[in-house]
Amino acid sequence: MSINKKIIPMPLRYIINAVLFGAFLYIMNHIISSGIISKYYSGVISLIGIYIILAVSLNVATGYLGQLPLGHAGFMVIGAYTSAIIMKSVAAGSTGVAFPFALLAGGILAGVFGLIIGIPALRLRGDYLAILTLGFGEIIRVILLNIDNVLGFTLTNGAAGLQKIPKTTTFLITFICVGITIFAIHTLMKSRHGRAILSIRENEIAAEACGINTTYYKTLGFVVSAFFAGIAGGLFAGYIGILSPSDFGFMKSIEILVMVVLGGMGSMIGSVLSATVLTALPELLRSFERYRMVVYSLILVIVMIFKPSGLFGTYDFSLNSLLDKLILLFKGKRKNGQKNNEIKEGAEK
Amino acid sequence: MKKFLSIALILVLMLGVFAACGNSAKDTEDENNVPNNEAVGDLPDEGNETVSGDTIKIGMIGCHTGDYAQYGLGVKNGATLYIDELNANGGINGKQVEIVAYDNKGNNQEAITAFNRAVDEGITALIGDVLTGNTIAVVGEAYPLNLPMITPSATAATVTYDDETDTVYGNVFRTCFIDPFQGEKMAEYASEVLSAKTAAILFETGNDYSVGLKDAFVAKCAELDVEIVSQEGYATGDKDFKSQLTTISSKNPDVLFCPNYYEDDGLIITQAREVGFKGIVLGGDGMSGVTGYASSEVLEGTLYVSGYAPGSTDAVKAFEAAYTEKYGAETLNMFAATAYDAAIVMCNALAVAEEAGLEAGTDEYKQAVIDAIRDNSAELECITSSGYAFDEYNNPVKDAVIMKVEDGEEVFVEIF
Repeated sequence: MSINKKIIPMPLRYIINAVLFGAFLYIMNHIISSGIISKYYSGVISLIGIYIILAVSLNVATGYLGQLPLGHAGFMVIGAYTSAIIMKSVAAGSTGVAFPFALLAGGILAGVFGLIIGIPALRLRGDYLAILTLGFGEIIRVILLNIDNVLGFTLTNGAAGLQKIPKTTTFLITFICVGITIFAIHTLMKSRHGRAILSIRENEIAAEACGINTTYYKTLGFVVSAFFAGIAGGLFAGYIGILSPSDFGFMKSIEILVMVVLGGMGSMIGSVLSATVLTALPELLRSFERYRMVVYSLILVIVMIFKPSGLFGTYDFSLNSLLDKLILLFKGKRKNGQKNNEIKEGAEK
Repeated sequence: MKKFLSIALILVLMLGVFAACGNSAKDTEDENNVPNNEAVGDLPDEGNETVSGDTIKIGMIGCHTGDYAQYGLGVKNGATLYIDELNANGGINGKQVEIVAYDNKGNNQEAITAFNRAVDEGITALIGDVLTGNTIAVVGEAYPLNLPMITPSATAATVTYDDETDTVYGNVFRTCFIDPFQGEKMAEYASEVLSAKTAAILFETGNDYSVGLKDAFVAKCAELDVEIVSQEGYATGDKDFKSQLTTISSKNPDVLFCPNYYEDDGLIITQAREVGFKGIVLGGDGMSGVTGYASSEVLEGTLYVSGYAPGSTDAVKAFEAAYTEKYGAETLNMFAATAYDAAIVMCNALAVAEEAGLEAGTDEYKQAVIDAIRDNSAELECITSSGYAFDEYNNPVKDAVIMKVEDGEEVFVEIF
């Protein structure tokens, strides 16, 4: 019997996941809105959601596409500023309605920049691409810092940053975005396009020889990655209420990259879990403040020594596959005797 | 086998970390449940006889690590120094003051989580944040809670006032002065002490600091009947100011106000003397350090305003001695002094609310503290100012320090 055979049919698999995710949203939202957990915890949970989107989106470019972009914070800051500028310009009463559109606009603009930077960048490989995207991230930051002075209008407020952004990011909207991001990237990777992206990671020359338009698929992966980073940026702006370019430096890109590498490049569950752990860890360690950054760094070093491919490697968790296995196991027990006989017969033959 | 071993090792490590977290979280809980024994037990000379039932918690958020740790630690130590002294003398109304200090690494995201964490721990007031950006982020969280807070170091006007919606954040105060305030002080000093009748200005266009000081100076001069005979600007990076200075010199003003940074000011003063300017040169705290950029002859008699002068008065000397003994001189800076003042103002206001018999954490309590900060601080003996009065934007009206260059040394003249 083939392991890959799916016992639970395809639509049902999505329904199971959707129902579970909906239940998770409902329960958590109820807990937060009824004030059972404090603003501190709900804030940290929202932050976790934002970093999950960032890590999962970077995972498309790093894990699936096999490139090493170091400018993810650049896409994030484009989304953040776009959505913040829109949110600041809408009337105070309608911020709730405008927020999804502002997020979308931030994502689209980040995606456009992903396209602009991606086309020339993806002709390069490895180190060169890393340097180019690094430069891109810095350029965006410097532009945001100086655009007002140079062009003589007030848009980004330079070093002082955008202040008093309406705080519209809630648990619910963050995790709806998390759900959409994970679903979209998951289905993309299971599709023909996703397989093409994976083939580029495995061997670019072989992929090209098979007739895959590598430039197109590399750019596609890059744009998808940038788009969701922009959404996360918008959520971040609505969470924090103040944006200054210095928050989105090179270290922010590295922070996100560390999440992806620690979780395992090419593993969605790895990105999600390591984003969760690495966002929560500094807060959990607050009680011994002096050592918390040491512990954080130490964990990274130890994981990289003992498991260089990241905690999960390229393994991906699937609830339904697990259910499949359980069902098989259950059936297998009942048919155990019969199965053993089959194997014996096979051996005899 | 190796793979299994490495995973097992990682798991053990993770478990160790989380177990440690669990324990420490429990410890803090215990501390909260047993007030006055464990929580403040390590403070020196604890006044046990006055211990009542509980403590007053004050939050302190700042950048204790990272690039600006110098400021953050100065603020934390300065404020802690006063609170320790207060606790040793019996605390507020018999209640000990407990400090809940969290690091934000100079990061806005951490500033918000640290603040919310401190609120969870039950703080009734906040001294902080330290950096301007972090403070604005924290104000966004603290304003809806109406939590009284005093920042000792955030100088931007937008910390206490939102110019877009014309809202003053009533719960936010500061003990440092905002930049334009220096321009006002210098105009007053020029008029009242130097009896100047005419003034000229040479400022850097496109620099917020410089333009802010210039505007305030001009406005105050108009009020005090000092005539501005010439206003000249220069672009960032200019090294030759002779054409502007010749124009200024031909009008022969009593004083020349240069609200710029020390490097430019050094060049300006040298060139001003070369073109024959005879009046007094004035500046803001950006001029501190000018002695390295011009000769002592041309600088002689130059005056500038500052927030704090080391070793100036007896109160400052006493503070510096106590601070150095406890924390060393490394982080002793202006913001350590303003933080000490912030702690005085805050504890005084908390005492008012405590004496009124209000329950900590309630809305009335917070409002009482805020009102007391605004109304009861003018007579307090602080170290950088004899009392704090607050204007309608919650910015302090306080004393400034006038510094003078004499024989190539920057010396303290008076508190003005």
